[in-house]
Amino acid sequence: MLLAAILFALGLIGLLTRRNVVFTLMSIEVMLNAAGLAFVAAGSRWAQPDGQVVFLFILAMAAAEVSVGLALVLGIYHRFHVLDTDAASGMKG
Amino acid sequence: MTAAFYIAAAVAILATIIALTRLNTVHALLYLVVSLLAVAVVFYTLGAVFVAALEVIVYAGAIMVLFIFVVMLLNLGKRAEEMERLLLSPGMWIGPAALAAVLIAELADLLVHGRLPGVEPAMVGPKQVGIALFGPYLIGVELASILLLGGLIGAYHLGWRKPEEIESKPEIQRKEVRDDSHRARVAASGDLVRVGTDRTSDQA
Repeated sequence: MLLAAILFALGLIGLLTRRNVVFTLMSIEVMLNAAGLAFVAAGSRWAQPDGQVVFLFILAMAAAEVSVGLALVLGIYHRFHVLDTDAASGMKG
Repeated sequence: MTAAFYIAAAVAILATIIALTRLNTVHALLYLVVSLLAVAVVFYTLGAVFVAALEVIVYAGAIMVLFIFVVMLLNLGKRAEEMERLLLSPGMWIGPAALAAVLIAELADLLVHGRLPGVEPAMVGPKQVGIALFGPYLIGVELASILLLGGLIGAYHLGWRKPEEIESKPEIQRKEVRDDSHRARVAASGDLVRVGTDRTSDQA
């Protein structure tokens, strides 16, 4: 549980400090992973399979999120030719 | 078993810290792969064998390959060449390799001594997970499949470039792009990523 908390905090720090889109996505991955770790640890603590089931859902969600996120990264790069989140903060087509 | 857990946890935290502080994307991805593998070992020591295998296959395998594919597709230009040179030098991969070696040593120790994982925390096998997954959580499985379908369509839509952008180009320009000598010239300059980019935009 402590490990999950530390990993989640690291992911959050990375999300807040880095300005590269790819690093932002990686931080989100770390945070999702930490949440899944918390679920699995809890499920293992009480000998229930529910924790692993929820981890499977988190896994599917992370896969969908990463595919959409990386497509967004490609779109941002084609439009602005940088990987800076500040460049896309205008939100005007 | 607890020692294995704490070593893997330390490797995971260390690799994550290093991954999020790298400036180079590929270096960061290497450390992130090590971090995910360490989390998989943590799952194994917790008794969740099935999830540990899935973590390696889906996270460290598929998702990381997606990341690396996009990083390569982004065409980092002149930096790509010097990065290639850096990848061949031993100083680059010694860090991830050392952290991964710790995990391998741990796994070898577990295999040699043959202790069952999860003596203290209860072992939850894949069969129980499967029964729970397709029993009370069946609606969740269906929702996850719909979510994956949505992700697929969303990624396709976002990655789709309008055909008229390319068709509206003058014919001479298109011929220039299609010209093989041009591509050979680009290839000769060593910028292989650009050649691939030309080809995809040509076909689209």
